[in-house]
Amino acid sequence: MKQPMNGGPGGKRPMGPPRKMNFGTLKRVIKLLFSYYPVLMPLTLLCIIFSAGVSAIPAIFQQQIIADIEIWYKTGDWEAASKVIIPKVLILVGIYVIAIIAITLQTQLMAYITQGFLNKLRCAMFEKMQNLPIKYFDTHKHGDIMSHYTNDIDTIRQLISQALPSVLQTSIIVVVVMCIMLSFSFWMTLIVLLGVVLMFTVSKTIGGGSAKYFVRQQKALGKTEGFVQEMMNGQKVVKVFCHEEKCKADFDTINDQLFEDSFRANAYANCLGPIVMNIGNILYVVIATVGGILLLSNVPNLSFRTLLAGGFGILTIDIVIPFLNMTKQFTSNVNQFSQQINHVAMALAGAERIFEMMDTEKEEDKGYVTLVNCTVDENGNIHESDTHTGTWAWKHPHTADGSVTYTLLRGHVVLDDVDFGYTEDKTVLHNITLYAEPGQKVAFVGATGAGKTTITNLINRFYDIADGKIRYDGININKIKKSDLRRSLGLVLQETNLFTGTVMDNIRYGNLGATDEECIKAALLAGADDFIRRLPEGYNTVLSGNGANLSQGQRQLISIARAAVADPPVMILDEATSSIDTRTEAIVSKGMDALMHGRTVFVIAHRLSTVRNSDVIMVLDHGHIIERGSHDDLIAQKGKYYQLYTGAFELE
Amino acid sequence: MIKKLAGSIREFKLPTIITILFMVGEVVIECLIPFITANLVNRIKAGDDIKNVIVTGVILVIMAILSLTCGGVAGYTSAKASAGFARNLRHDIFSRIQTYSFTNIDKFSTSSLVTRLTTDISNTQMAYMMVIRTAVRSPLMFIFAIIMAFIMGGSLAMTFVVVVPVLVFGLLMISRHAMPAFRRVFKKYDKLNESIEENVRAMRVVKGFSREDHEKEKFSRAADDICGDFTKAERIVAFNTPIMQFCMYFNMVFVLIVGSKLTIEHMGQVIDIGQISAMLTYGMQILMSLMMVSMIYVMLTMSSESMKRICQVLDEVPTLHNPENPVTSVADGSVSFTDVDFKYFEKAERNALDNININIKSGMTVGIIGGTGVGKSSLVQLILRLYDVSAGSIKVGGVDVRDYDIETLRSSVAMVLQKNLLFSGTIKENLRWGNENATDEEIIEACKLAQAHDFIKTFPEGYDTYIEQGGTNVSGGQKQRLCIARALLKKPKILILDDSTSAVDTKTDALIRRGFKEYIPETTKIIIAQRISSVEDADLIIVMDGGRITHSGTHEELLKSSDIYSEIHQQQTKGGDEE
Repeated sequence: MKQPMNGGPGGKRPMGPPRKMNFGTLKRVIKLLFSYYPVLMPLTLLCIIFSAGVSAIPAIFQQQIIADIEIWYKTGDWEAASKVIIPKVLILVGIYVIAIIAITLQTQLMAYITQGFLNKLRCAMFEKMQNLPIKYFDTHKHGDIMSHYTNDIDTIRQLISQALPSVLQTSIIVVVVMCIMLSFSFWMTLIVLLGVVLMFTVSKTIGGGSAKYFVRQQKALGKTEGFVQEMMNGQKVVKVFCHEEKCKADFDTINDQLFEDSFRANAYANCLGPIVMNIGNILYVVIATVGGILLLSNVPNLSFRTLLAGGFGILTIDIVIPFLNMTKQFTSNVNQFSQQINHVAMALAGAERIFEMMDTEKEEDKGYVTLVNCTVDENGNIHESDTHTGTWAWKHPHTADGSVTYTLLRGHVVLDDVDFGYTEDKTVLHNITLYAEPGQKVAFVGATGAGKTTITNLINRFYDIADGKIRYDGININKIKKSDLRRSLGLVLQETNLFTGTVMDNIRYGNLGATDEECIKAALLAGADDFIRRLPEGYNTVLSGNGANLSQGQRQLISIARAAVADPPVMILDEATSSIDTRTEAIVSKGMDALMHGRTVFVIAHRLSTVRNSDVIMVLDHGHIIERGSHDDLIAQKGKYYQLYTGAFELE
Repeated sequence: MIKKLAGSIREFKLPTIITILFMVGEVVIECLIPFITANLVNRIKAGDDIKNVIVTGVILVIMAILSLTCGGVAGYTSAKASAGFARNLRHDIFSRIQTYSFTNIDKFSTSSLVTRLTTDISNTQMAYMMVIRTAVRSPLMFIFAIIMAFIMGGSLAMTFVVVVPVLVFGLLMISRHAMPAFRRVFKKYDKLNESIEENVRAMRVVKGFSREDHEKEKFSRAADDICGDFTKAERIVAFNTPIMQFCMYFNMVFVLIVGSKLTIEHMGQVIDIGQISAMLTYGMQILMSLMMVSMIYVMLTMSSESMKRICQVLDEVPTLHNPENPVTSVADGSVSFTDVDFKYFEKAERNALDNININIKSGMTVGIIGGTGVGKSSLVQLILRLYDVSAGSIKVGGVDVRDYDIETLRSSVAMVLQKNLLFSGTIKENLRWGNENATDEEIIEACKLAQAHDFIKTFPEGYDTYIEQGGTNVSGGQKQRLCIARALLKKPKILILDDSTSAVDTKTDALIRRGFKEYIPETTKIIIAQRISSVEDADLIIVMDGGRITHSGTHEELLKSSDIYSEIHQQQTKGGDEE
């Protein structure tokens, strides 16, 4: 966000095609502004109106003073003249002083409000984002989500700090000046208005051409970015195949196209300024000449003033000269207004995108069964406890009679004839039925897209299905509060996703209350302790950029430790060891075994050696479980699993 | 830095110069227009003949048209010059990157190079356009207006002695305080956005651990911190307008009071009314041009970061060079390492490879095995001279790799990288990377050898199937086989597969190896693998650990001599034995 560079060729959304103004969005932005700053906003508004009004007035005073000089200079009597002129100048000074105070107050307030508003908006967006369902993130590109925080917020910044105040200011000035003009002469005002219409037409035509090429430039820029991205990624392949020259030639073709479009877009935009400005100049001349002719031909003048006086007046030099100055002020403000209104339209498109995200339905959670610490007495009765006991139970309040029952957390998961599709027209899971007893290891094997990850998505309720199909310790998982459900499920994914922070912080993410010792113990269990201690700062080594300074395998070990410290009764390992080479895996496997001991574990693995010792292996194909059983059973069946295992079949 | 970048203007010097010339023209006319306008007003006031009024009007219209023309031409040429400059700059950077060695490439991340080639260049383009249009225009306007003001206003121009220093000082103070504040804040802001991105990417982890509230808290703390800094910086800049307004108003009041006094006392002898009006107009022009200059300054400092990043790429010196009298043919596929040490960075503490000695005869099949990060890939990359050794020497076909013409060497040694990659384009186009002039028959032959022909045939479009960017529409195993076929099309003397059949099933893997043996017996084959089965029938197997060769020999020999080897072997065959 480089502030002064607005709408350059590199800006993600420069002078796009003229958009339709969405007043609903505008209203919402303004409403939000006032609700965040109920006192300061009206105050700022007042300042804007005042300073706008004030900047329209001095022209009149100036003209009067000059007119006075004209009368007095022939007398050469400053003493007498000053009695008339000085008070007027003093009024002018007074207005100026107030104007400067107003503008200072306005700009300071604006700076404060703009940043404060953006901050509140950002936090509201982030908060909303945390509450969105996983589906949102699976169906929106990350880059698009990010651009709400960067580009769209930036356009709103411009909207609030520049475009809106300026639109307000210029429209006030235009109205004030227009009134003054009308009070001078109707005829001449008419000419000015005709000129303004001409200005609008020209700028619309040229602006349209410019917009067309800016869209093309944007496309060419996207193409360039895509090509560069691909080539920079494959730079090593390019080297190995000595493909440098060919690469350069391809790039030049794309580069030339970008040049053409960028050139035309900017050429149009650059010409617009001088053209509009000089139409203003010509209009001035036309007014002057017409004024001169009207003066000489003694055309009766019609204006508010003459109407008040009851009819026509005479057009005099005192009317024509101030009018000329007002013409300038009028055209330049109309100009500014038309430019800023374009910005407003653009910013509203950004605001609309933000609101779209804010209006997305949040993750629904009607669960009321919660996870509590408990103690079990000798009779097997469960008692809720406030302190950490190491034993957990589901607290299940019954709405019917107001009673509360407790179920011990054991990790018993049942799927009963589950069908599921991410979209209505495409079912990805068919009739999935499975039982996982506490402490069992259940493995899923199958090609990419067979539905392995989908099953785990359903267990931790990243996606919801119809009631009663999945039960956890006998409880319908739709009744369990999502955060409590997930707290009882440890998740290790192939994509490790570490956070910026120390290694220790990253492990502790699994259980914010864990002590350093507990974190280290978890790392030991995961087999991560050894390499962590060899990092420059050990556990205090700061990871950045998703742990870019670690190997993929090391990152996986840390994420295993992270799940271990949470100490959940159920674990989901989704390709958790895919990037650890077989030799290291053999070393880690002891830790993994210790980690899995006594827990219900769902394992998804590409490598069959990882799943071999599972209690049950499910072979999935296109959403169906086609084979199930232990390793030995499946080998004996000589089915798909056997083929996979003997290498006669290729996964992925 | 500026000089370096200016080297990319080249053929766009002419439009640049034209821009500047026409900009000067525009300024001159713009400064004359108020002069003639005053004349017009005086004529009307004096009740001059309507003919004269019209003549002056026509002159003004002509001037407006001239100014429009100048502005238009300058706008056109400046767009051309700046877009052209950007094009050349992009070309230069891209070409420069093509000369990089692997060592150079490792220094820059892909995304940082992409940013440099897109956003950074766009910023520079904008800055350039701004400079040639406004940076000439504003100072010129300032000088002209000052001169005109002194000529016309005489002693009234003394106001500028007060106003100009005030404005200059004010703007300077503002930018001096605001610039560092903004730079600091932008850095923090980038970090904030990075952490949002991190969060979006890791949403499954956040939700999986129910850490939504924790993240919200963390975010709002960071956001509040930035908000405070941002507000401070913005508030400094917000003083711009009041200072400008003050100067403007001061100028008006001064001119009006002193002007009226002088005019009336001297009965219009020293200064007349027209001059007072002109002074007000010129005052505006002077102040506006100063304002523009300060904006240019801000803009340039902002884009200087971009320019710096571009220069980093242009300044990076390729670490590999062709020798002076290069050898341009490779005799055979023999490879020998003599006392080779290698580290990726000079300052690295540990060698990636330590005291490597190998002798590979032409036509041999060599397997390399070992855990991740033990130096297998580093070892083979040295054969193509993707990196230079730190000590010792490597000979291919009996000649030191550093004595070959790099292109000759790399055309004779084909390597399938571990991070293999297909490019967007048809299968055929991708395969022709190996040999641009390959006939269809040659392509099919290579694909048959790589066991890719069969699955390609099952695609509706066969060899003309379009591969998406990154090869997302073929499976991992298929991708690997296409990459092998691509390498085979080079008809190399040495073929290196760096873990290139990991996603291929073992049966196909065996077929590929058998094909190698039958159809390209004279080619030296070096195979890095995780699976023992991929290397067990090799003539020589090298076992690596910690950057060293611990053992080498045939499968049977290693089972006895190497613990690591037998351990891996046991691990991978444990299940199979049960049958």
